[in-house]
Amino acid sequence: MKKLLLSSIIVIIGITFIGRLSYLQIFSFSPDQVLEDPAIKRVYDYPERGYIYDRNDKLLVGNDPAYDVMVIPREVRELDTLEFCGLLKITKKKFKKELRKARIYSPRLPSVFVPQLSKQDYAQLQEKMRHYEGFYIQKRSLRYYDTNSAANVLGYISEVNERDLAKNPYYVQGELTGRTGVEKQYEDVLRGRKGVQYIQKDRYNRDIGKYKNGILDTLPEQGYEINITIDKDLQEYGELLMHGKWGGIVAIEPSSGEILSMISGPTYDPSLLVGRKRSANYSKLHYDTISKPTFDRSISFEKSPGSPFKAINALIALQVGAITPATTFTCSHGFFIGRSKKGCHCGGGIRNLNSGIYESCNAYFVGAYKKIFEQFPSNSEAMDAWEKHVRSFGLGSYLGSDLYTGRRGSVPSSELYNKWYGEGDKRWSATTTYSNAIGQGEVNVTPLQLANMTAAIANRGYFFTPHILKKIDGKEIDIPDFVEAKHTTIDKRHFEPVIQGMADVYHKGTAKYLQIPGIEIAGKTGTVENYIKIDSVRTQLTDNSVFVAFAPVDNPKIAIAVYIQNGYYGSRYAGHIASLMIEKYLKGEITRTDLEKRMLERTLDREYAKPYSGKEFKINEYDWSQDALKPEKAYLTDDLIR
Amino acid sequence: MSGKSVLKRIDWLSVLFYLLLVTIGWVNIYSSTFTENGASIFDFGTLHGKQLFFIIVSFASVIILLALEASFYERFSSVFYIVSMLSLLGLFVFGKTISGATSWYDLGFFNLQPAEFAKVATALALAKYLSDIQTDIKRTKDQLFAFVIILIPAILIIPQPDPGSALVFFALSFVIFREGLPVYYLGIALFAVLIFVTTLMFGTIWIAIALTLIILVFLLLKKKKFKVPIFPLATALIVTILFSLSVNFVFENVFEQRHRDRFSLWLRLEKDPEKLEQIQKTIGYNSYQSEKAIESGGFFGKGFLEGTRTKGNFVPEQHSDYIFTTVGEEWGFIGTVTVVLLFTLLLLRLVFLAERQKNAFSRMYGYGVISILFVHYFINIGMVIGILPTIGIPLPLFSYGGSGMLFFTMLLFVFIKLDANRLKEGI
Repeated sequence: MKKLLLSSIIVIIGITFIGRLSYLQIFSFSPDQVLEDPAIKRVYDYPERGYIYDRNDKLLVGNDPAYDVMVIPREVRELDTLEFCGLLKITKKKFKKELRKARIYSPRLPSVFVPQLSKQDYAQLQEKMRHYEGFYIQKRSLRYYDTNSAANVLGYISEVNERDLAKNPYYVQGELTGRTGVEKQYEDVLRGRKGVQYIQKDRYNRDIGKYKNGILDTLPEQGYEINITIDKDLQEYGELLMHGKWGGIVAIEPSSGEILSMISGPTYDPSLLVGRKRSANYSKLHYDTISKPTFDRSISFEKSPGSPFKAINALIALQVGAITPATTFTCSHGFFIGRSKKGCHCGGGIRNLNSGIYESCNAYFVGAYKKIFEQFPSNSEAMDAWEKHVRSFGLGSYLGSDLYTGRRGSVPSSELYNKWYGEGDKRWSATTTYSNAIGQGEVNVTPLQLANMTAAIANRGYFFTPHILKKIDGKEIDIPDFVEAKHTTIDKRHFEPVIQGMADVYHKGTAKYLQIPGIEIAGKTGTVENYIKIDSVRTQLTDNSVFVAFAPVDNPKIAIAVYIQNGYYGSRYAGHIASLMIEKYLKGEITRTDLEKRMLERTLDREYAKPYSGKEFKINEYDWSQDALKPEKAYLTDDLIR
Repeated sequence: MSGKSVLKRIDWLSVLFYLLLVTIGWVNIYSSTFTENGASIFDFGTLHGKQLFFIIVSFASVIILLALEASFYERFSSVFYIVSMLSLLGLFVFGKTISGATSWYDLGFFNLQPAEFAKVATALALAKYLSDIQTDIKRTKDQLFAFVIILIPAILIIPQPDPGSALVFFALSFVIFREGLPVYYLGIALFAVLIFVTTLMFGTIWIAIALTLIILVFLLLKKKKFKVPIFPLATALIVTILFSLSVNFVFENVFEQRHRDRFSLWLRLEKDPEKLEQIQKTIGYNSYQSEKAIESGGFFGKGFLEGTRTKGNFVPEQHSDYIFTTVGEEWGFIGTVTVVLLFTLLLLRLVFLAERQKNAFSRMYGYGVISILFVHYFINIGMVIGILPTIGIPLPLFSYGGSGMLFFTMLLFVFIKLDANRLKEGI
């Protein structure tokens, strides 16, 4: 027994050791050791973020090197403060204050001491930097904007947060990533790929050479430059016109679906959201809950389309055989819904398709809408057929565009009315839903959808998915979904009479004072009633001014939708702006300077102040000479940090 | 008798295990002290160069050890013992202090650690005493004397301070058990260790309750004919509880904070995870780093000279007490298991050799060698892989250290010489 005792102990201990070792080296071992190894430091080499150009290769966004003076308070030794402050161009008081601030943050970690030196200051300082222990210069790359427009299109970049880190293992703390707009949507393209070096460290955190002689190291891959479909000049001009007005403008090239401009008012200068001042400025913009400058009205603002939608109803009525271009309806300065009379501004008389469109006659379109319903055995079937036709213009959908944000809008169906009024043909009818006929009902659209709808009309029956990306690294993009035409459910032949009516809007209709010499335009005005709740009382505000147009009529180069909140008549603000934008895009210059002057001068600030005044106010004032002139200082620039 | 015949009769299997361990050990010392400035392996300015020198010296000493008469070791064992005890005493006057322990003589080119020599000498002296015809291990007086032989070096070493080496001498008591000391002594000792550990983990009250319950269950289930000595059993229970109480007292009042922290870490006594982490980062820094280094090796290891934590010197004392972490990191599970197997096989082979000795002295010395090697191996690897508390003790034949290399070689080869001589004895 005793002989065996020692041998057994030796064997048992051997087994115990092997057991423990297999626990450590087999079960606890994780293949991600390199990531957790305290002996390996990863040093990143960030590539330059790709530049963004407009459709004509004009620079929109580039990069600017910035030099920050950094400090590690614990390592600061005695220095010639006077000389140092002189080089940095700061006072001694500021020197002490900044050092104290850095020390409070952390004595061991680097803090920014003086941010963003100029290149000249940097050159001078660089020579002498080694005399100042604890201080060093860190080069950073900041976004540089060659425009003060298109903030909503471009988006901005900021440091990754915890959520980004958890979601995408590529990112590391302190890295920058796109937040909205193009910067977010095409983050992967613009960002490139950072290089990484693995450095072997000892336990005092000193570098002692490359890990595995650098075989795992990678070089940074440059981010690609991209061209977006925006026309820089048109975008800037649109934003200029938009001054002091709330709403959205979207212009599309009908033959390609490329978005020429996408303007949201009010907006802000994109360079406000760069670097250290980004956070403070963003808060100010984001918490302006009245004018909401960070809310992109061009793609996220859903409202009733108003009269431009009559063009769609005309097309549907023609398609289902409810009317012919010659069908007439009589307008008695309005029309009857049951026993109540609804008004119409068209002037009254007998209206056919052509005059119905160019005079925007409500009675005509309510009549046509009723006739559509008569073509079907039941109201539900009529409603669903109508819905299908409307949706074929891209309304009520995200359109599949490559824009980062946006709203879907809405198109009603029989389901909705069945829910509201109950099922069955007697519960609801064309009369119940007649508002849809004049674009005031349950249809809601964004300016982007309106523009796309206009492009579909301009193309006589099809559209291309609106998109913002044009080229990557100088090469035209090749995305099948963007080059494939999306056909509407309306036959091509029905478009001509409607387009004729829209052209006559300029010739003799609601926009006859907005003609551009030498350019044939087709358009449609809209004046949309709108309500808000003030202290939970439903209150009507001045009508929204809406306008859609495309030009030239025979070979459309631009389709545009303008939606101006509380601008009253469609031909007033929206009509003016649409006309000017088209001229700017097609001619490159403005011949009707009186129109332009009016738009640049007038703001709607007086209208926007009304609901917040706390007093009774009038709406839809006919005389618009009272609309305030453009203030000396531009909106939103006074209290923001430049 | 010619040298050639000695070579024929020595146990080449043990020699093979020895050579493998020494080689693997040196390769790992090379890796853990390697710097990329391209020094030659024979550069004595480097630690691996020095170690290589001592390995060569050790090999040379093997030739002398094998050439000497086997009876020389038995005859002069008392002399060796006395000389080594004197050398330990001499440390109090002439000793050189390295990292807090006065354990070395400065011989200019090298620091001699007499404790290593004392291990060989004590093993010889104990074998000599126990194998003496006049010694009867059943006699209490002789038992005590045998323990005194072990205790003297231990007591001389503790104040250096070097509790690890002192512990090794107690391992020699296994020889006494092998030679007839009743095993229940060992049982009592193990029971005491068990009570010590469980008291720290669960407290005296639970120990008392558990023991009482066990005794009650035993009384209920026993056969009726079986007479239980109630009085001794009750006495044993009371003594155990008193011992358990004394453990608490000793732990709280005699131990220093650093000792308490080591136990807290080992037995996970600290339940507050924040405090435990704090202990892990300070007191447990070595253990934490060594476990992590071994773990990071995985199954296949990172490869020779590729251990990132080894290169970064994350594990302190890696070339000496923590050399096994280099094996773990660079050679992985395959490497660590190989080393464990080599030690196991060497020890089992030595047990086999000891058992076949006809000469009592040779057998007892063999057991002494096994006890010393085993306790080093067990405590060192146990500590490095985190199943024993931190006790500074080298891995024999493996860790960096000239005295260690030389005297472990002597310890082993004296026995191999005795074994080679076993057939001649009978004649």
